[in-house]
Amino acid sequence: MPEKVILNEEDIRRALTRVAHEIVEKNHGCDGLVFIGMRTRGVPLAERLAAEIKGFEGVEVPIGALDINLYRDDVFSVDWQPPVRPTFMPTDIMGKSIILVDDVLYTGRSIRAAMDALIDFGRPRSIQLAVLVDRGHRELPIRADYVGKNMPTAFDEDVEVRLKETDGRDEVAIIRSD
Amino acid sequence: MRTTKQEELSEPLPPLEAQRSRRRHVLDLDDFTREEIELVFETADAMKEVFQREIKKVPTLRGKTLVTMFYEASTRTRISFEQAAKSLSADVINISASGSSTEKGESLIDTVRTIQALGADVIVMRHYHAGAPYLIAQHVDVTVINGGDGCHAHPTQGLLDLYTMREHLGTVEGAKVVIVGDILHSRVARSNIWGLTKMGVEVVLCAPPTLIPVGLGPPAFPLVTMEPSLDRAVEGADVVMPLRLQKERQQRGLLPSIREYIQFYQLDLRRLSMAKPNALVLHPGPMNEGVEITAEVAHGAQSVIEEQVTNGVAVRMAILYLLMGGAQ
Repeated sequence: MPEKVILNEEDIRRALTRVAHEIVEKNHGCDGLVFIGMRTRGVPLAERLAAEIKGFEGVEVPIGALDINLYRDDVFSVDWQPPVRPTFMPTDIMGKSIILVDDVLYTGRSIRAAMDALIDFGRPRSIQLAVLVDRGHRELPIRADYVGKNMPTAFDEDVEVRLKETDGRDEVAIIRSD
Repeated sequence: MRTTKQEELSEPLPPLEAQRSRRRHVLDLDDFTREEIELVFETADAMKEVFQREIKKVPTLRGKTLVTMFYEASTRTRISFEQAAKSLSADVINISASGSSTEKGESLIDTVRTIQALGADVIVMRHYHAGAPYLIAQHVDVTVINGGDGCHAHPTQGLLDLYTMREHLGTVEGAKVVIVGDILHSRVARSNIWGLTKMGVEVVLCAPPTLIPVGLGPPAFPLVTMEPSLDRAVEGADVVMPLRLQKERQQRGLLPSIREYIQFYQLDLRRLSMAKPNALVLHPGPMNEGVEITAEVAHGAQSVIEEQVTNGVAVRMAILYLLMGGAQ
């Protein structure tokens, strides 16, 4: 399977730095911000964004981890269930501005599940979406507020985000299945 | 207790491929691998978080129906399954032998076929005959979970006992667990022996020789030993699990008297003090306080008996989730 690296370690770092600034700019500071990383790779991404913000604003934004498996719309059409991991909310999310963080935005179905899950914990003031890669092919009316890299892809291609915390190195690759 | 902390958020996760479960039924723990038991426990960790939420409900099993068929008395197992299913948004129908068509002479298989035709997706069965859940699993397409069959097996109890030990001990491998009491009639003991030995736990069975069945030690179970004296058995134990003396099954003269049983096999503070400091006390319930266990021990600092009940819901939620694949 031919594979093409689109973003390297430096590209990812720059994209995240820009996204971190955009988040603070759009929210006029960090008041009421909460990062919620979607398991698995959204969590380290959320931690990196929070670290960036700590660097230039000096503020610690709380970070949570969300597992969406119990909210999937394909629970009965897969022949084995993906492992569920605990969800962790760092604070009461009532009235907070939630920045949902994921690695790849594709059909939008995970984001739909994540929003349903979040609302079970309370009524946030807003939910915004930050992704490292938007690869297109939406199946639901969902869009990202912050995008590291827009990456047009074909259906038969796979986008793989690899992060040091989970995969040992930082890169984003497109894999063609032929 | 294991909870997710902020600093543990990015802990590396085990590879997904190793963790697939394609199980249809849960009848006993003999056909579980160690990896599958670990998968159930990791899933239960996530379910426990759901169960601690203010709104303890997720939509996962919406539109699925779980039927409990209990032909023998139960409080915790039936309610635990019902709570687990409801937390996952499944519908629950409870059937007991009295008041059902069983009283009119309908056979077990016909009753189950009827329940299947009425739209059940999962049947949890407790039956006084060993093997009844196995029989119905052969005759219907729905998923069958054994909620206790005769003196044979009680797999979800075995899993929740192991899960409770794992929470407190971290890893159970190499631990020493003493099961004391009426092992002969105990389906809990049998399922526990399967589960514990698969996880590398050393099991000591302690009971009057009349209440220990043959075949539970080596060579079938190399990690299991027998020790008729409770004073000696508890020495250095990490976990002590007294079983309920099943009075309804003691009519065959296997014990000289309850008084003598209490004298030699009751878990009291003196005997517990001979185990490891902070050794855990588990009991599958219901308890006969003052018979197999004293009230001080049952409600003492080392008792995790109530935690077992809470963990039971999380473990059963995990089982229901893992069984509900779409490839049926």
